[in-house]
Amino acid sequence: MLRAAWKSLLGRKLRLFMSTFAIVLGVAFVGGTLIFTDTLNKSFVAIFDNSVGDVVVRPVGAGDADGTATTLTVPGEVVDELAKVPGAARADGNVATFSLFVIGSNNRVLGGQGAPGIGVNDNDAPAAHGIKGLQVVKGRDPRGKDEVALDAATVRRAKYHLGDTVRLVSAGRRALLQPKLVGIADYPDGGSLNGATVSMFDTATAQSLFLDGKDVFTNAWVTAKPGVSQQDLRDQVAKVLPKGFEALTGDKAADESASQLLKAISFITIFLLVFAGIALVVGSFLIVNTFSMLVAQRSRELALFRALGASRKQVTRSVLFEAFVVGLVGSSLGLGLGVLLAIGIRALFASFGLDLSGTGLVFGWRTPAAAYGVGLVVTMVAAYLPARRSSLIPPIAALRDDVAMPESSLHRRLLVGTLMMLVGVAAGAVGLFADVPKQGYWVGAGALLAMLGMAAASPATSRPFLVFAATAYRRVFGSIGVLAGQNSLRNPRRTAATASALMIGLTLVTTMSIAGTSAKASVDRTIERTFLGDIVISNAIGQGFSPEIAETASRQPGVESVTRLRYAEAKLKGDRKFLTGVDPATLPQVIRLQLTAGSLTGFTGNTVLVSKKVAADEGYKVGQELTFRFPKGPTKLRIVGIHDAEFANYLTTLDALSQGGYKPEDSSLLLKVDRGANTADVKAALEKATEKLPIITVKDQREYAAEQRAPIDRLVLMIYALLGLALVIAVLGVVNTLGLSVIERTREIGLLRAIGVDRRQMRRMVSLESVAIAVLGALMGIGMGLVFGVALMASLRDEGLEVTRIPWVNLVVYLLASVVIGLLAARLPARRAARLDVLEAIGAE
Amino acid sequence: MAARVVDLTKVYGTGMAEVRALDGVTLDIGAGEFTAVMGPSGSGKSTLMHCCAALDTPTAGEVYLGDTEIGGLDDKRLTRLRRERIGFVFQSFNLIPTLTAEENILLPLSIAGRRPDREWYDTVIDTVSLRDRLRHRPNQLSGGQQQRVAVARALVSRPAIVFADEPTGNLDSRSGAEVLALLRRSVAEFGQTIVMVSHDPVAAGYTDRVVFLADGRLAGELREPTREAVLERMAAQEAGR
Ligand SMILES: Nc1ncnc2c1ncn2[C@@H]1O[C@H](COP(=O)(O)OP(=O)(O)O)[C@@H](O)[C@H]1O
Ligand SMILES: [Mg+2]
Repeated sequence: MLRAAWKSLLGRKLRLFMSTFAIVLGVAFVGGTLIFTDTLNKSFVAIFDNSVGDVVVRPVGAGDADGTATTLTVPGEVVDELAKVPGAARADGNVATFSLFVIGSNNRVLGGQGAPGIGVNDNDAPAAHGIKGLQVVKGRDPRGKDEVALDAATVRRAKYHLGDTVRLVSAGRRALLQPKLVGIADYPDGGSLNGATVSMFDTATAQSLFLDGKDVFTNAWVTAKPGVSQQDLRDQVAKVLPKGFEALTGDKAADESASQLLKAISFITIFLLVFAGIALVVGSFLIVNTFSMLVAQRSRELALFRALGASRKQVTRSVLFEAFVVGLVGSSLGLGLGVLLAIGIRALFASFGLDLSGTGLVFGWRTPAAAYGVGLVVTMVAAYLPARRSSLIPPIAALRDDVAMPESSLHRRLLVGTLMMLVGVAAGAVGLFADVPKQGYWVGAGALLAMLGMAAASPATSRPFLVFAATAYRRVFGSIGVLAGQNSLRNPRRTAATASALMIGLTLVTTMSIAGTSAKASVDRTIERTFLGDIVISNAIGQGFSPEIAETASRQPGVESVTRLRYAEAKLKGDRKFLTGVDPATLPQVIRLQLTAGSLTGFTGNTVLVSKKVAADEGYKVGQELTFRFPKGPTKLRIVGIHDAEFANYLTTLDALSQGGYKPEDSSLLLKVDRGANTADVKAALEKATEKLPIITVKDQREYAAEQRAPIDRLVLMIYALLGLALVIAVLGVVNTLGLSVIERTREIGLLRAIGVDRRQMRRMVSLESVAIAVLGALMGIGMGLVFGVALMASLRDEGLEVTRIPWVNLVVYLLASVVIGLLAARLPARRAARLDVLEAIGAE
Repeated sequence: MAARVVDLTKVYGTGMAEVRALDGVTLDIGAGEFTAVMGPSGSGKSTLMHCCAALDTPTAGEVYLGDTEIGGLDDKRLTRLRRERIGFVFQSFNLIPTLTAEENILLPLSIAGRRPDREWYDTVIDTVSLRDRLRHRPNQLSGGQQQRVAVARALVSRPAIVFADEPTGNLDSRSGAEVLALLRRSVAEFGQTIVMVSHDPVAAGYTDRVVFLADGRLAGELREPTREAVLERMAAQEAGR
């Protein structure tokens, strides 16, 4: 029996290849994602191992405010004391900032989005476990305020040479630094920065640039004497530490930093795995279809096996064996492709500034395990239904001329499918609108279930459309149209399953397109409604910038006022919250704030305005005090008003933030221009003033809105690209279905050709059937996508995305595109049908 | 003259595997005649018919349909020729399963974009006695009915010549007799030219003329054949080998 299955496999290589392709793609995504994630993890763990001492001493609170720079420091005297601790070989004070960006010789900022620009003092403190830290390996150590050393990768990328004047943009007191490059630093023991840049100054210069010139440090490393463990040293250090400081072992500090960062970028993994899942779901439709058709074609043969004494189980098993082999081959190819994909993802991230070239690809055991697991399980599960049905073929079928596959009734499919859809929609609604844990899973599972339900019901629900299409075809294309229409109606399961594969892609595309368009409309509306300023100055890479910029801007003629916006993160009742700091005096000039309660008069010092939504969710009232964990310690902010703007949940004062220990880095500046002045002229002047700082951008209201919309466009585009893969798989599904149909109907095609159908008509017949399938898929997908998209936007209404906008033009374009997809998918099968040799076709079994 | 083949040769394969399915056959098919091509299995009957019917291209020799020599025609012209001047009845699988009997019958006309001649259509339908089956699909018809639908389809476009390859090969003797009688009638009443391939002496009894093939060559013919005469001839051929 297995031997027969094996033979049958080899006899159908091409057909199986198409269905394997889906497995290959899905598995490639899974494998590629895992390889990339493992590589990412390893490289960051390596970085953080290099960036801690045996024991790290830091101010309490500095660890909480990650993401926001603080003014907390370790005084020099404390560092001197640390060196005297028993078991300590030495203690070094470190100055570190994460917003010092290197401008390359091409006037572009290095690293682009995401990669931090690090500034440190040049000390030769050894990292944990005796590893040498970043050190100057070429040239010499920087001395004085006009000299800098850069890491080797940065020097290479920026195309600087020793002796060049280097441009740096700092978020410290002075925005622009132009020191001379005197040294090139590297890790003597190996190591990489993953695309981050490091600039080194001598300690005094670093202190004056980033720590207001006091003899203080960001943190301190204590190095253990030989034989002293990190833990022992930490305990010794802890004994002498004054209040307000904490000591961690290097291992713990590295772990903490690595896990924080990995958590922050874990969305990448989830994102990619979701697409792997989509590809596999779409692919499984292809497999179900392919195996159904193969079993149908082989029904005579299978019946013969039954007649010869094979048991039902044996027949099922032989079909499943084929699926196993297909899954195995597909997974192996997919794993190979996954490696390439991982390289591709790495290159993609390198272009965003995350350079992982310092770490080789990590191929952990879970990668092949997941790849083969997923590939085999999906294939076998998808092939199970056709396999089971094949065992229902009665042995007598071997003797009959026309073998009809036993089919379950469409009514049952309709019932099951509708039920699944209802459950899916309910689950999705719970995830979107109810307050449950893991909302994303509810929504994802609900959407998947709804789509599968739709697919299950579609053989029945698609009938009206197909009948309509057949009628239209008859009208327009005459008897060729009749034939095409009848063919699409002939096997509703097959047509519907093929269309469903397309549906999934289009559902998601439509949903995304509604979400993207709506989000952009919301951004526009928010800006239009609340933004009264004329000009916005911000940092192109989304980081804070030097307060000096605001001073420069307010000195420009024609500028009436400059309002700083600062962002800070702090915990409130254990949850991380995002605060916006503003200057209450100029706020009303640039932002339209409607207060639904309280007033702006008391908005000074430690006070906060909360948004209507937050107030409603948390039950906050004016006069209530909220205790935030600021770097300097718990701080009470009194609620003085509730506002209805859609942008800042917690709006506080600049004073509150700087007293709380946040560094005075501005996130953006909102400018009001003098009544008589010309905005364009003022803007040009500001651009001139910041010309040496290419990461500082000056925008008017329209450009600002465009800038805010751009990330949405980028995200949507990226998702489209990934969904494109799902569409490619679905198109292959159409090709596969039509190809198999052409083979199945060979004799019919021969007959048609014999009685006078010419090749063009033949091609048209296949194409029309293909278009009917594609448009069916598009209609189902766009319909579901509309429901999903509108529901999604309804659930986001509370999050400040108030506008729901349906991009009708896009939807029409998708529908038209599906016609093109149908025509393209039909090309090969149509050609094959047209080329069939008439005589052979008639004689075919 | 409805069709004519001159020195027709068809060779399959090359070298050791070479099969001369037809070896210099010259034959005229008279208009308005019902001709049977007979011979043992493998003698080249189907090949001859396929070549005549523009379904296959001969290795050498000429095929004329009316005055047209089909040797030089491309696929497009051949298709048109089949569509306009030839009718087919195959042994089995004659009908498109998705179409009703009526749609099947009208298919060649509608593919060609021609309107059926109502009167002629009615005549054909009555001749094949299928009026009450027109809305049925092939799988709702018996084998004999299906073949009658196929005959109707072949007749309805008024082709110059109808080719039938063992049209009764899959039928029981009663249904077979019905189909043969139908073919006979269409020759007698409408002057239709029919070429039928068969190895059944009974079938030959319905025809005007029997042409015998053996090993790809003509092996004589009979006019106004009777079942007995054909049997006798076949026995003689067997003996002569
Ligand atoms: N496509 C083909 N390839 C090779 N040989 C063929 C092919 N078709 C027919 N033949 C051979 O040609 C000879 C005549 O076949 P055919 O015309 O089908 O005979 P008949 O219809 O009289 O049984 C046979 O020997 C057959 O094996
Ligand atoms: Mg034959």
